[in-house]
Amino acid sequence: MLELKNISFEVSGETDEKEILKDINLVIEDNQFIVITGPNGGGKSTLARVIAGIERPTSGQLILDGEDITELNVTERAKKGISFAFQQPVRFKGVTVLDLIRLSVGEKISVAGACEYLSEVGLCAKDYINREVNASLSGGELKRIEIATVLARGTKMSVFDEPEAGIDLWSFGNLIKVFEKMHDSIHGSIMIISHQERILNIADKIVVIAKGHVTAQGKKDEILPELLGNAGGAASCKYYQNS
Amino acid sequence: MELDAIQQQLLEAVAGLHRIPTGAYNIRANGKSAGRNSTEHIDIVPKEDGSGIDIIIKPGTKNESVHMPVVLSQTGLTEVVYNDFHIGDDCDVTIIAGCGIHNGGDASSRHDGIHRFFVGKNAKIKYVEKHYGSGDGKGERIMNPQTIVEIDEGGYMEMDTVQIKGVDSTDRKTEAVLKAGAKLVVMERLMTHGTQSAVSEFKVDLEGEDSGANIVSRSVARDESSQVFISKINGNNKCSGHSECDAIIMGNAKISAIPEITANNPDSALIHEAAIGKIAGDQIIKLMTLGLTEAEAEEQIVNGFLK
Ligand SMILES: Nc1ncnc2c1ncn2[C@@H]1O[C@H](COP(=O)(O)OP(=O)(O)OP(=O)(O)O)[C@@H](O)[C@H]1O
Ligand SMILES: [Mg+2]
Repeated sequence: MLELKNISFEVSGETDEKEILKDINLVIEDNQFIVITGPNGGGKSTLARVIAGIERPTSGQLILDGEDITELNVTERAKKGISFAFQQPVRFKGVTVLDLIRLSVGEKISVAGACEYLSEVGLCAKDYINREVNASLSGGELKRIEIATVLARGTKMSVFDEPEAGIDLWSFGNLIKVFEKMHDSIHGSIMIISHQERILNIADKIVVIAKGHVTAQGKKDEILPELLGNAGGAASCKYYQNS
Repeated sequence: MELDAIQQQLLEAVAGLHRIPTGAYNIRANGKSAGRNSTEHIDIVPKEDGSGIDIIIKPGTKNESVHMPVVLSQTGLTEVVYNDFHIGDDCDVTIIAGCGIHNGGDASSRHDGIHRFFVGKNAKIKYVEKHYGSGDGKGERIMNPQTIVEIDEGGYMEMDTVQIKGVDSTDRKTEAVLKAGAKLVVMERLMTHGTQSAVSEFKVDLEGEDSGANIVSRSVARDESSQVFISKINGNNKCSGHSECDAIIMGNAKISAIPEITANNPDSALIHEAAIGKIAGDQIIKLMTLGLTEAEAEEQIVNGFLK
């Protein structure tokens, strides 16, 4: 279980302080499938980066299974079982897909073993396993490899930042199956940042973040109708996209 | 002549050799020949004045290799060696050279190898060269290789050079002249650390129609080391030339990339690319999210980059 207690994050701008996250309180239960949504620039990726330890909160605490991890760095948190798939995957010259999967697993697994993770994310393994994770890969391919690195780690807490971005419609259903399967097999917590109805639909819990605040959170059935605009009203500012 | 343990270790580092190789070879240890073998198609002959050897590969020789390692383990030894490779028309061969210096003493050890390649018409050669230094003496380990290449019509040469460890100072020169349809592909990998310095200079003349050269250098400079990469490509005909210098800089190192591309013919297409920078922060962070420490992440990125 991961608890975020009064998490705030500020950056100092040229003239003043900018508060990107404001007093966020959130509990992610074991075995829970939580989806974070909300308008662009609302603070979702920042929250994910705070959880992974890439950004330190200005105030507040992160508690993982009762242990305060606020002061732990990225490596230490990774070792405690937090994984993070970036919104914009990183490219490496010279590091191959196989290298990256092996680093994710943490041991020198066989090529066949590594290929399984690629197959899961819908990449024909033999075409990719020896390729470099560099600019020659397409956006969607990189995104799938990024997801595979988190699958390969199989930790108790996995955070995916807009995993569906750039994934073609045809593969979308398979992607959802990947998350469902992961949910069933690892029994860990999965947090997905997403704008897609089909991903919101498989959530146990939905959290809406806007302007750095949690503006709504609750069970899918409570939040989703409101989000989809059944409540009517400010239709002109809908950020939410139907797929 | 028997090789001692240090020499054997050097031999393995530069040529991947555990024992005497198959095929043609010439092993040079501490300034003397330590073994030589010619084959039916490949003749290795010492020059009359003792300054080096001639390697003569008969036209049409295919799928054969020549090993030419040099090891130096005696401190203070300085040598200059001239090796000429005459590669007949239509050959397809691999030449593996390399130099390892172990310097446990206080005097400089230095090997200057001057390799000339005369690549015949439609011949294809792959030339692999590794440089390596070891030993904890105060004496410097110096290597100044020169590679001079002439590729005849339709010939192809691939040159793969690696200097990853232990060479204190290196001044490398590579010159090539290409005739019609000839191609040259160079992949250079270099890492310097401590107070090492390295200069690598390429000069390629694309003389013939449809000749082409692609020169790629990947390097990492750490600590207080310094590197200079110079590439000059002259397009004197309808031709294509590309040079690329991609460098990672760490610590207080210094790197310069100095390109010069000259088109003396309107149909020459020449490109130079150079990029020098630190390891991208997000690369380190990504690997840290996989559980690596910052130092382990850097090591992985550097190893991949130079692989
Ligand atoms: N280091 C920083 N310095 C200044 N502003 C920042 C910094 N990091 C994030 N921001 C700002 O904080 C806000 C939240 O950014 P964040 O990337 O978390 O949004 P998001 O909810 O993930 O948006 P999207 O849906 O577009 O991915 C944005 O306005 C962004 O410009
Ligand atoms: Mg985002």
